[in-house]
Amino acid sequence: MALLLAVIIALMTLVSVGLFAAHVWWLPAVISTHGPAVDRQIVLTMYITGAIFVLAQLALAYLLWKHRDRGDGTRAQFFHGNNKLEAIWTIAATVLFIGLNLMGYRVWAGLHFMGAEPGATQIEVWGQQFAWYFRYPGPDGKFGPTHVEKVDDATANYLGLDRDHDADSKDDIVTSTLAIPVNHPVQLILRSKDVTHSFFVRELRFKQDLVPGMIIPVHFTATQTGRYEIACAELCGLGHYKMRAFLQVMTEEDYQKWLQNMAAAQ
Amino acid sequence: MAEVHAEAVHRHPAPQGFIRRYIFSLDHKVIGIQYWFLALFSVFVGLLLSILIRVHLAWPQAHIPLLDKLSPVGAPHGQITPEYYLALLTMHGTIMVFFVLTTAPQGGFGNFALPIQIGAEDMAFPRLNMLSFWTTFVALMVLMATFFITDGPPISGWTAYPPLSAVGGSSGPGEAMGQNLWVISIALFCVASMLGALNFIATTLDLRARGLSMMRLPLTCWSWFITAVLSLLSFAVLLAAGALLLLDRIGGTSFFIPGGLIVSDKIINHSGGSPLLWQHLFWFFGHPEVYIAILPGMGATSHILSTFARKPIFGYKAMVAAMGAIGFLGFMVWGHHMFVSGMSPYSAFAFSVLTMAIAVPSAIKTFNWLGTILGGKLRFPTPMLFALGFVSLFVTGGLSGIFLGQPAIDIFFHDTYFVLAHFHMIMGVAAIFGIFAGTYFWFPKMFGRMMNETLGKIHFAVTFAGVYAIFMPMHFLGLVGHPRRYSEISGFEFLKPLAGLHEFISIAAFITGAVQLVFLFNVFWSIFKGKKAPANPWEATTLEWTVSSPPPHDNFAGKHPVVYHGAYEFGVPGAEKDYIMQDSPEKVAADH
Repeated sequence: MALLLAVIIALMTLVSVGLFAAHVWWLPAVISTHGPAVDRQIVLTMYITGAIFVLAQLALAYLLWKHRDRGDGTRAQFFHGNNKLEAIWTIAATVLFIGLNLMGYRVWAGLHFMGAEPGATQIEVWGQQFAWYFRYPGPDGKFGPTHVEKVDDATANYLGLDRDHDADSKDDIVTSTLAIPVNHPVQLILRSKDVTHSFFVRELRFKQDLVPGMIIPVHFTATQTGRYEIACAELCGLGHYKMRAFLQVMTEEDYQKWLQNMAAAQ
Repeated sequence: MAEVHAEAVHRHPAPQGFIRRYIFSLDHKVIGIQYWFLALFSVFVGLLLSILIRVHLAWPQAHIPLLDKLSPVGAPHGQITPEYYLALLTMHGTIMVFFVLTTAPQGGFGNFALPIQIGAEDMAFPRLNMLSFWTTFVALMVLMATFFITDGPPISGWTAYPPLSAVGGSSGPGEAMGQNLWVISIALFCVASMLGALNFIATTLDLRARGLSMMRLPLTCWSWFITAVLSLLSFAVLLAAGALLLLDRIGGTSFFIPGGLIVSDKIINHSGGSPLLWQHLFWFFGHPEVYIAILPGMGATSHILSTFARKPIFGYKAMVAAMGAIGFLGFMVWGHHMFVSGMSPYSAFAFSVLTMAIAVPSAIKTFNWLGTILGGKLRFPTPMLFALGFVSLFVTGGLSGIFLGQPAIDIFFHDTYFVLAHFHMIMGVAAIFGIFAGTYFWFPKMFGRMMNETLGKIHFAVTFAGVYAIFMPMHFLGLVGHPRRYSEISGFEFLKPLAGLHEFISIAAFITGAVQLVFLFNVFWSIFKGKKAPANPWEATTLEWTVSSPPPHDNFAGKHPVVYHGAYEFGVPGAEKDYIMQDSPEKVAADH
């Protein structure tokens, strides 16, 4: 039984490590300025945890097999511990884990301790059961007020704008696709109409909850044009699994053209 | 003095009649077994729910026989609707976390073994003990009732985040009566847990036999003691949170509901509340809760590894200190569930450093388990296999936590299958292995019979390989960015290529689930037909093995044991046998 257990543990360890190392299933291509630093931290953590995983599992497998009772009548070695060893591995573990953690801080600080760069493109992101809407402020650069009693999905007034009476709302552009210019800082302002949702674009390496009652600004810069899926990452009800929109990263020229088309269609 | 307390506080005469002996019993041994059976029932319900979940994820259009009879609304023609999928996972999580992982290890084994291990006749408060169990039972019935109401169970997950869980039926099916019953069930569970915790703390501090100092306690007793302290403090907060949620739902208050909401075209008439408040309260409970689930398993693993390696536990003091550190730090890390929740990113830094800190005592325990096996003379009965399996699974599950505890990395992995992999490995498997280890270990003492070893080894081998086959691939799903709680992968292009991996996981789950029936058969067959158990079949050292299997009603037949050693004097050079019982006057050089 000892041999069987040792073999199962060893096999599981080697197969798992192999599948991770071969990147059979792996992170998607990265398209943001902060993304590569996130990936570096993930890879570093994977090397460290991978090494610990292999050492610990193989040590377990080896020791349980080596020290099986072979029925020779001898007794186990008698020791209650080793204070020096305890001290060594306690300090080593502390330095390793806390050190690893501190290394990842620059990315988090860049995303959340600092605001968006001045001149960032401002876009509001609205989540509701089970769709995403995006609002651009238009040429006046201002988002008009929203009125919950004016919300009417049937007439496509998803945000409850009063374009007749609110000057700032007149030129607001509401879309169901999030288009942004490439290589240009973007500030998203996250809001929810009903329950908590979460804005997740894998390729951006970015996720943030949309919390009812809160207005949450976040920022990033996309580095590659293309179309990417936006997924909801906080359980929001029965349609959670299909709450999808698209992020379109465009050249500056295409982005301006798109904005003009959207404005005309309001 | 412990002896005087022992006589005055809790002596009760042997009961007469079926009801007093087996139903409304004051005897901690019966109550422990009742908790254990409640957990056994719950784990099979939870397992069935997980099988339904896995069927749906691999074959979303499948018509499941009999399901339309149980839930005509949730599964018409036996096809699981998206809302019923969410109801299944809500109930799976709730039942497993509360009614399995928070009952069997503490209420089950703790109740059964603690008083005997410390040389006491019973727990400090037998009536409170009986009340705790029956309150837990009522809580389970209230929760199970949600399967049978028209709109079914709630769909907000075991975490029940508002506003989804707070605004009532407009946010989804099951969110009306189903969610109300859920809150009531959990509130009852909180009360039961807190009462139980009081009992454990008083018993451990007050009823120890003469000579049984705290530093001679078996590590199982330390684990139950620390777990009880965590339970008392954390369940109090969940109870408060639950009360506030219920008031928001039926009392017109707005603790968690902000103004200006419109749900399903209906304007919500609440304002001033904060969804984040719930998250803080829930996770302030929720994080200690996972340590409540694992600490007894750690205690049992330490105990069982030492027993079957025939060697003292490596670093007893460090093991006690590590459990204490895990318990203490466990109260300071709740924000790591909330890195992207909208809470202050500066607090994310603090929570993250403390989370990394918790990895240190966990690493110490792992080193010490390996140190216990090193130089040992290992025997491999089934309890030992599950204890060894616990070590392997704890390492695997713990390491994925290193990723999640870093906010910059969590920004990708939060609410993906990477999180599912992490908590299933550590709770859904390691903690369950602790329960299996405890079951195979104490079964002879509980029922006076041995379990079948061959069936036990089959159960272990298939389960151990099976759980790795189920949960290791979930890390890969997480790396691709697969979000949690998605009832289908059809909604997203990037998910479609993962269908094959989902099928693999589901098949592994069916096989692993099926072998649990071997365990179930073994349990019931052995209770009636197992070989009669001697007092000390494992040649263990602690006090429960000095009395008959099962023990007499008052545990020690009127005697008051005296303890001379710590719990792990195995392989002592010069001793007559390779183990020295705690109540043996034989001298050992290392005695403290």
